[in-house]
Amino acid sequence: MSQTQDWPLFEIFVRAKSGLDHKHVGSLHAADAAMAIEHARDLYTRREEGVSLWVVKSSDIVASDPRDSDALFTPAADKIYRHPTFYDIPKEVETL
Amino acid sequence: MYTQSLNEPSSRPVEALDDAERLARFQARIDAEEKIEPKDWMPDAYRQTLIRQISQHAHSEIVGMLPEGNWISRAPSLMRKSILIAKVQDEGGHGAYLYSAAETLGVSRAELIEQLLSGRAKYSSIFNYPTPTWADTAAIGWLVDGAAIMNQIPLCRCSYGPYARAMVRVCKEESFHQRQGYHAMLSLARGTPSQRRMAQDALNRWWWPALMMFGPPDTASHHTGLSVKWKIKRFTNDELRQKFVDFTVPQAEFLGLTVPDPVLRKGDDGHYITGALDWSEFNAVLKGNGPCNAERLRERRTAHDDGAWVREAAIAHAAKRSARAVA
Repeated sequence: MSQTQDWPLFEIFVRAKSGLDHKHVGSLHAADAAMAIEHARDLYTRREEGVSLWVVKSSDIVASDPRDSDALFTPAADKIYRHPTFYDIPKEVETL
Repeated sequence: MYTQSLNEPSSRPVEALDDAERLARFQARIDAEEKIEPKDWMPDAYRQTLIRQISQHAHSEIVGMLPEGNWISRAPSLMRKSILIAKVQDEGGHGAYLYSAAETLGVSRAELIEQLLSGRAKYSSIFNYPTPTWADTAAIGWLVDGAAIMNQIPLCRCSYGPYARAMVRVCKEESFHQRQGYHAMLSLARGTPSQRRMAQDALNRWWWPALMMFGPPDTASHHTGLSVKWKIKRFTNDELRQKFVDFTVPQAEFLGLTVPDPVLRKGDDGHYITGALDWSEFNAVLKGNGPCNAERLRERRTAHDDGAWVREAAIAHAAKRSARAVA
């Protein structure tokens, strides 16, 4: 049995229809980006799930560390004045 | 993200938390129905349980292409052939989604494939039964995929994010598998007497193995307790089996076929009561002594070996192209 090295891993993003963002759907192995597109077409769009594909080598993605979540994301919680609903406007004022 | 490279332990010193405290935080997140993602801390036993379960699931999808693939060249019409090709392609796709989900836990695809081909990894015992007639492909869709759906729908809410997301995708496609199987079964059941006999014969052979797909009875299952606590599993083997029987018996009656269980009856609570399952047969098939265990593995090994030159050539071609792009 021959043991070959795995092909590189690619992350796959699909645009479901024109006008929407590309959304991450999963990953697959391919020898290069061109093959990743071909495999992504077969694996993730067999039922008209998309009109456009992005493929990105997984090793090229930099992600935040879950242990930094508090430092990165919690400070926003006490800045509720950033939301329009923070402001009480008299009923008489329309279209605001 | 499904990135493997990011799953490697970072060089940062681990927080001064003892295991008991981390475990308590982890369990609290699970209890709050939060999803666990690849880079989050998780107990090693959780990781190992998931690797085992997801990879076995992936192997089952891949080996599951073989019994039905047997009938692609001999499907009774062009429509049935197109449907069967689409279904078998889906099974391959399900295997690919699941291997990717398992890889997020830090195991490589090559390792997983090696575990399958060396015979160390298990896959669903159901695929070690033969498919001698066309009705077997119909029965597989109806019963085997039907049982798989029962198992898989709760897995869409599994605590591990990548597995849950893969299962959402799988379940969307699985419904087509079950319905096309029942449709093919219906054609046979409404056909000539010999077609009806063929359908009944397939039901006779697949009924009990399909019930055993849910795994050992709760009293004998080693994995259920922790898996339920960790919300990998939402229902026990016996609960899911009961639900499958309750759904499927009326479907068999509609086909005018007889479930091969002389003591089957409806209990006072509306649930069907089945005869005893022959677990010695299940265990024998699981241990490798089913009718087709050796053949299935032989076919997988041949396919893997025959494809080796393609995998190597694709890498060489990619390297050549990227060298040319740099030059």
